[in-house]
Amino acid sequence: MVKKEEVPQDKSVLESKKFRELTYAVDKNGDYITELSSGWDPKTIALDNAIREIEERVSKARQRVMNEETSPIEYYMELHKMDLPILASYAGFWKWRVKRHFKPSVFKKLKHKTLQKYADIFDISIDELKNIPEKP
Amino acid sequence: MEINFSHKQSAHCENGVVSNLMRYNGFEVSEPMVFGIGSGLLFCYIPLLKVNHAPAITYRAMPGYIFNRFAKRVGIKIKREKFKNPKTAQARLDENLKNNNPVGLQVGVYNLVYFPDEYRFHFNAHNLVVYGKEGANYLISDPVMEEVTTLTEKQLEKVRFAKGAFAPKGHIYYPTAFPETLELKEAIKKGIRQTCREMLAPVPVVGAKGIKTISKLIRKWPKKVGVKKANHYLGQIVRMQEEIGTGGGGFRYIYAAFLQEASQVLENEELMELSKEMTEIGDSWRDFAVEASRIYRNRSARTDAYNKVADELEDLSHREAVFFKKLKKAI
Repeated sequence: MVKKEEVPQDKSVLESKKFRELTYAVDKNGDYITELSSGWDPKTIALDNAIREIEERVSKARQRVMNEETSPIEYYMELHKMDLPILASYAGFWKWRVKRHFKPSVFKKLKHKTLQKYADIFDISIDELKNIPEKP
Repeated sequence: MEINFSHKQSAHCENGVVSNLMRYNGFEVSEPMVFGIGSGLLFCYIPLLKVNHAPAITYRAMPGYIFNRFAKRVGIKIKREKFKNPKTAQARLDENLKNNNPVGLQVGVYNLVYFPDEYRFHFNAHNLVVYGKEGANYLISDPVMEEVTTLTEKQLEKVRFAKGAFAPKGHIYYPTAFPETLELKEAIKKGIRQTCREMLAPVPVVGAKGIKTISKLIRKWPKKVGVKKANHYLGQIVRMQEEIGTGGGGFRYIYAAFLQEASQVLENEELMELSKEMTEIGDSWRDFAVEASRIYRNRSARTDAYNKVADELEDLSHREAVFFKKLKKAI
């Protein structure tokens, strides 16, 4: 696996940014050298799985916003691959406070300043924050 | 302004930044050498903490540790600064560039625009070098990239002030003082000793024992958390082990390369043999990744499939315990 000629050259998302990663391998004499790799299927599968997991979380969150079980903040949190501690850290709020903002009734009464804070974190307008896109 | 800085790609970002900054200052030190002297190799499971909704496992030392240990062991001094205010952070960076001083930066990956979208997670311990500024664009040498790149002031500020675990807080660092010549021999021995100590630590979550703990958990996952989550957890382990920066096999190949180089510096034949053994251990980690990927690709995993990968990890735990005992004796 680790011989120079055996360094995996599978197709991967690295292609989208036109680069390859550096890996270590041994040459014919058994000396360590470096070789570029375009990707390796087992890890591409792992990454794909992680991405699919996130997509599922996003679509679940969307459904819950539609059902008025949560506020759009949770949807955007998932969309940005965040979890509660990360979002709380960006907002500068305690976690329980962010969690409270997930309640649709609380969300509706949020001050402009607070809404603007969330909108800035997600790089969107307040209008977009209040109305999640119809379909992804 | 552009500093005459040569970019050399590396597998891992922190080693790469150190190696590239050392070269700029006239010292040729390879990536594996930085990694080995800085005792970069590790296995650690952090219970209770979740990363991307999965257990937190690492195959390497904490961010920043590699450079700190390397610096201490070869006798160079590093200056580190963190900032509250992004404007001050930028001013200090610009000041360094004006003085022809390329600096290392800790950044978050999520807003790093030159990474493929799929790689952009909230991971805050990435490292790169800024080696110049043209107008409002910073010249960036990111060690995991093949070529140098640029970021705008705003883009750089965003990644320097990413939030969450290990928030970089504008962290910059650079070496300030060097010895006449780099004395590698003692440094290598110290680096190896610490790695052996950590990998053989009598703690259930660290080193060889940590690997065994994970293998036990894998056996329980399908029943305890269900197949879906078990697969997600397994995928996360493989990603930590194989993603960009690891050089493959959970850093074991980089470490094998280090042992090979160390055997020449120390004129120690035994280290050469141990390097080969470490390569084989790296191969087994890769075999584990292949088996694990079969499980979550098929999604029809049976319990014996989980037991099979757990067996592989248990074997690795045993082999690494034996290996690091031998390595400890060899120096």
